[in-house]
Amino acid sequence: MFTATFAKYFPNWALPHELHAKGIVGMNRRNMRYIARYNPRHLYPLVDDKLQTKMLASRHGITTPELIATVTSQGDVVGLIARLQGRDRFVIKPAKGSGGKGILLIDRVEGDNFVKPNGTSIDRETLEQHVSNILSGIYSLGGATDVALIEAMINFDPRLLEYTYEGVPDIRVIVFLGFPVMAMMRLSTSASDGKANLHKGAVGVGIDIGSGRAIRGVQFDHPCERHPDTGHELASLQIPSWRTLLLQAAGCYEMTGLGYIGTDMVLDRDFGPMLLELNARPGLTIQIANGEGLRHRLELIERQKGQMSITERVDFAQQHFARIPL
Amino acid sequence: MSRLPFYVTVGVLVVAGIALTVHRHLVFEVPWLPGEQRQIWDIEALVSFNARGEPALVDLALPSSQDNYRLIGENTASPGYGLAFLGEEDARRAEWTIRSATGPQTLYYRAQFLVSDERDPPPPPESVSLQRPTVWGRPYDTAAAQIIDHAWQRSSNNLSFARELILDFSAERASENSRLLLGAFPRVPLLVGLLTQAQVPAREVSGLWLEDGRRRQSLTPWLQVFDGQNWVLFDPETGAQGKPARLLLWEAAGQPLLEVEGGGNSNVTFSMISHTQPASVVSRVQFSEESLLNFSIHSLPLEEQALFQTILLIPIGALIVVLLRILVGIKTSGTFMPVLIALAFIQTTLITGLVGFLLVVAVGLVIRNYLSHLHLLLVARVSAVIITVIAIISIFSVLSYRLGLNAGLTITFFPMIILSWTIERMSILWEEEGPKEVLIQGGGSLLTAVVAYLAMNNLVIRHITFNFLGVQLILMAFILLLGNYTGYRLLELKRFKPVARG
Repeated sequence: MFTATFAKYFPNWALPHELHAKGIVGMNRRNMRYIARYNPRHLYPLVDDKLQTKMLASRHGITTPELIATVTSQGDVVGLIARLQGRDRFVIKPAKGSGGKGILLIDRVEGDNFVKPNGTSIDRETLEQHVSNILSGIYSLGGATDVALIEAMINFDPRLLEYTYEGVPDIRVIVFLGFPVMAMMRLSTSASDGKANLHKGAVGVGIDIGSGRAIRGVQFDHPCERHPDTGHELASLQIPSWRTLLLQAAGCYEMTGLGYIGTDMVLDRDFGPMLLELNARPGLTIQIANGEGLRHRLELIERQKGQMSITERVDFAQQHFARIPL
Repeated sequence: MSRLPFYVTVGVLVVAGIALTVHRHLVFEVPWLPGEQRQIWDIEALVSFNARGEPALVDLALPSSQDNYRLIGENTASPGYGLAFLGEEDARRAEWTIRSATGPQTLYYRAQFLVSDERDPPPPPESVSLQRPTVWGRPYDTAAAQIIDHAWQRSSNNLSFARELILDFSAERASENSRLLLGAFPRVPLLVGLLTQAQVPAREVSGLWLEDGRRRQSLTPWLQVFDGQNWVLFDPETGAQGKPARLLLWEAAGQPLLEVEGGGNSNVTFSMISHTQPASVVSRVQFSEESLLNFSIHSLPLEEQALFQTILLIPIGALIVVLLRILVGIKTSGTFMPVLIALAFIQTTLITGLVGFLLVVAVGLVIRNYLSHLHLLLVARVSAVIITVIAIISIFSVLSYRLGLNAGLTITFFPMIILSWTIERMSILWEEEGPKEVLIQGGGSLLTAVVAYLAMNNLVIRHITFNFLGVQLILMAFILLLGNYTGYRLLELKRFKPVARG
């Protein structure tokens, strides 16, 4: 009765008990019940530093983009070009950067010119300057000195490219105590400036844990049916190698020891699912993209007793969290 | 992990807080509300000097009841010193004595004045004598004679003569003669000398401007002129006659303020604080030495009390931030930056503060935008922003002073380091997330600051936080409980609405 009246006069607002019924987890609950409880502070450096994440991942058999070189001191910057000889496509990124800051993609090399995917090119000096900036900490949290990573560029799976506008489509999987609980694909748009950053207007598409198929899309926290730039229907999206991807993501729990993480995965044409980075404080928009709250799934997992292997956990998740009938 | 110890802690805090508060209300008869009260000024004089290891004598002028202010109590703190109060109604003095003292010495004298509307004219003086004439020396004597002559021609009695004389030294009417004299003599002794030379009894007295919470203030010199029956006070700068309401005459007999024998480097500074008490309590104020068990901050020297008046408001500001962030979900730039901005607003008043803040941050952002092209390291960049903020504040102060906007001068109350960090953060935010996010977070910060200001500037809240320290414990318990809140934030009800209802 009251709920109906409320909905009539405040069509853009929900009442707490409505959100509770949907199992929505709010910021306060996420911070206290999940992040503070399951993510020990001393493990944060493992995910805040991409170099450490990569090393750990290779030890645990989780695929990451190939590491070509690291630059740790300003003195190494000069010799860098020589070490990149014969490499055509690579990515330069700061180890401690956040939100995609300071990432430079090079698509091909023409003599002393480095061509970016959008066609513009920079010269050798600008490239060295960029690496030097990364080392001095311009892109790192708190301005601490940093390390530059040079990775092989990912060859995107062509089946996904039509859903995105420029940029990299990545898949965020929330992994709770080793169980993949919810997934979302992030598609860059012209509004998000080619970045897969939801704050900036990238489209989030909820992905069914059971089948790897799209549930629904959301942009700026509002549901959407089609990609705003390409006009491509989002519902037809089906992630290839879905189970492999879930297995890789679930393995990140053993790898880091962090109980509540967001794993950012990409799909490579040749190597399949790869881990791009980890996030110890994953956002909550994934709930809007899935049209469902995290809480019931998280509580179901908290009730599970006894050790399970990665395969068992993924089986469990695919069985219990499937929303689209096969 | 059991939450029991947590709730026990919270419970203990609440019980202790309530007990302390009620105790203070019952035993010290501090009212719950600030209403129906008499204002009392608590003023403290701090005498400091360096003793030379020989017998020392300190002689300090003391204030008496006067228009608008009635002396209702006084006490001193001066361990090891003998103390005597000397002198009559209008020329009271305190004399501290000690056989031998070495090193830096501090003596406190504290007086309570009740603000009242009643006039309290001092008894007419029995005899008034002229001061000793000033010896001017050449060429000042001619200038003095000419000025006296000029003012004499345009006046009819002692008071109008004094007024004309003061105006002759004002900026608008200053002549070559007056500038010459002002260059050689301090203003008030100069005026006394001229008046004396014209056979008009005059003397220099010292007054204290009363402003709540001020520390380390000194006295300002004022001029008194005898009109045949009474002494009349003049503002030596403007020639205005009579005592301003906010002025307390500390020394009103033309005698020295402080004399120290057996010591050097002597100085006296004043702190003051205004508080309100119900009329019933005022009549029974006790000035006996406070008991050792009185651990309240109200037993501290005034200088520290004035500081605490502000410090005790900070938890209120923190509570507002906690409420707005945890329960509402407002984004602010820098967690407690809004509290510091709100503290500055208390000094500047709200509108001036808002305008000043926006001006400084806007100009700062423009300049910071240029700095970002230089690719400086973080610490150097923020330091550069700090200097920029200081420059902006100086320029705005000078500009507003030139334009006659005195309110603009209060811009200096803004915490500059905090402003610099705000600018730095906003600028990074602008680059990374765009101007929209800057507006959201900047607006959120300002909104929080305004709400915190309204709470911290509220008379009732000020009264309660300062008078009832137990309230701080209750605040603490409340904030601890809020830190335990896992429910939805108000703004999340809007954010997640699409999930709940399509």
